[in-house]
Amino acid sequence: MKKIKENIFSYYLTFVSILIVVLFLSILITLVYQSFPSIKQFGMDFYTKDVWNPVSQEFGSLSFLVGTLITSLLAILIAIPFSIMISIFLGEYFKEGIFSNILKSMVELLAGIPSIVYGIWGLFVFVPFFRGIQMYLVQNEIMNIHPFGRGIFTASIILTVMIIPYAASIGRDVISMVPNDLKEAGYSLGGTRFEVIKKIILPYCKSGIIAGILLALGRALGETMAVTMVIGNRNVLPKTIMDPSSTLASVLANEFGEATNLLHLSSLVHLGLVLFLTTAIVNIAGKAIINRGFRSG
Amino acid sequence: MKEKNLKYRLIKDKIFFISVVLMSFVVAVPLFFILYFIFKNGFSILSIDFLTKLPAPMGELGGGVLNGLIGTLLLIIMASIMAIPLGVSVGVYLSEFKHDKFAKYVRFCAEVLQGVPSIVLGIIAYLWLVLPMKSFTALAGSVALAIMMLPIIIRSTEETLKMVPDTLKEASLSLGVPYSRTIIKVILPCAFNGIMTSVLIGVSRIAGETAPLLFTAFGSPFLNFNILKPTESLPLMIYKYASSPFPQDIEFAWGVAAVLCIFVLALNLISKGVAKKWKVQF
Repeated sequence: MKKIKENIFSYYLTFVSILIVVLFLSILITLVYQSFPSIKQFGMDFYTKDVWNPVSQEFGSLSFLVGTLITSLLAILIAIPFSIMISIFLGEYFKEGIFSNILKSMVELLAGIPSIVYGIWGLFVFVPFFRGIQMYLVQNEIMNIHPFGRGIFTASIILTVMIIPYAASIGRDVISMVPNDLKEAGYSLGGTRFEVIKKIILPYCKSGIIAGILLALGRALGETMAVTMVIGNRNVLPKTIMDPSSTLASVLANEFGEATNLLHLSSLVHLGLVLFLTTAIVNIAGKAIINRGFRSG
Repeated sequence: MKEKNLKYRLIKDKIFFISVVLMSFVVAVPLFFILYFIFKNGFSILSIDFLTKLPAPMGELGGGVLNGLIGTLLLIIMASIMAIPLGVSVGVYLSEFKHDKFAKYVRFCAEVLQGVPSIVLGIIAYLWLVLPMKSFTALAGSVALAIMMLPIIIRSTEETLKMVPDTLKEASLSLGVPYSRTIIKVILPCAFNGIMTSVLIGVSRIAGETAPLLFTAFGSPFLNFNILKPTESLPLMIYKYASSPFPQDIEFAWGVAAVLCIFVLALNLISKGVAKKWKVQF
């Protein structure tokens, strides 16, 4: 009797774990199944054309793909130096103490602020401010752009602030795990702290830092609300990084609730599928790099 | 020449240190400006009425966020009911059967789920619940939020259970306590604080989510306790009022943002306190 009860407990644990796998697979299958009409209708054109017209039933996502890639990559590029510096600050220079606590709380606060709050701040504070800068640039003929305020670059700046905490916290973890004897060996050879960081710590942590950047990229790709509010939502291929544009996530946020006919809905789910797969691949790559780094290190 | 070289290296070291400090504290600038504007624009409208009244129609002065507050709580409670028992059980499975081949797949699924953009989960909840039921419901919104919360709880339950020493389990088993009771009465209480922290972190993460609710919970101007009806939430209100052309609505949106920020940051603080006070120590 007791034995059966024990087995029931194990079976229960196994059963709920199977549920997680089922949940994951059913999410994937739902997305694939629902986007099937769009896949069948458009094929590869879905990825290579930049017309998105619910009225004439033509759907090509090229401009959103470009918009998503540019915004996220730009955000990552700006975020990399800052997050590496924060990682070094927290993982090497000030492992504990008041400065470390202050910076840590600030980074955590940034991570804790909801996306929609970044959005409203971006829309009513940053966009007017940035429009002012653009007006100045245009008036002094430094740049030939349309001073919308909203656009890819604005979205990238807001995204940068949002993803720095993720990249920095992973960077800090790997940097603080560098073995002391490696660092001491560096110092005993007469290296300055800068040289030890540059020649020993950073090369040692390279894979971890790359993983952190990948995971932050995954965040940036899927970030919806803040981007939707400041990117300008224009379904045209952007010409410069100051142009208003759209990302996969922002199109979904804007159009999904209003999609009435089957093909439009299916095309939107198709966008969701693309978003799901890209972020999944980026995340899996990041996690794989972290796991490999731990095993060998 | 040697002397000069050394000096040059030391100066480089100093410059690097200073730039690390400066660049690190640049994050203070956006943080300061965000908090400053939220409190400057949001606090002027905050009052008891703001928390206890229903919103006025768009474009009119006055009103409060009661429906959003209640809706957010309703959504959080339902998502927690779905996610916590499931998440903790899976976490126990992963730590108890960590060398199983199947555990590897489960861990993989949880990790990928954690990275799924929230808007995609909104689509899923829409396709699974809103389409068949032909109505926006709080239930659909909370399912999307529960799927978001699940991987957070699974991971931290597993991480916390890893820190509970095997000797405890062995002691309990050697006294003849059945395996299931050992887990429930010995191991889980030891990991209680870790699980609690993860629940609070998960709640603070989903409390501010807008994207999965846009086309699931959808929002409603009424006070709603029925899980089968559309429901308002604070983040949805911000989005709706911020898109309005009237200045008083935008002021209202800042007020909701201030309420949401206080709510989420308080949850973060509490979870930190819980983590510190009842740390797993052996």
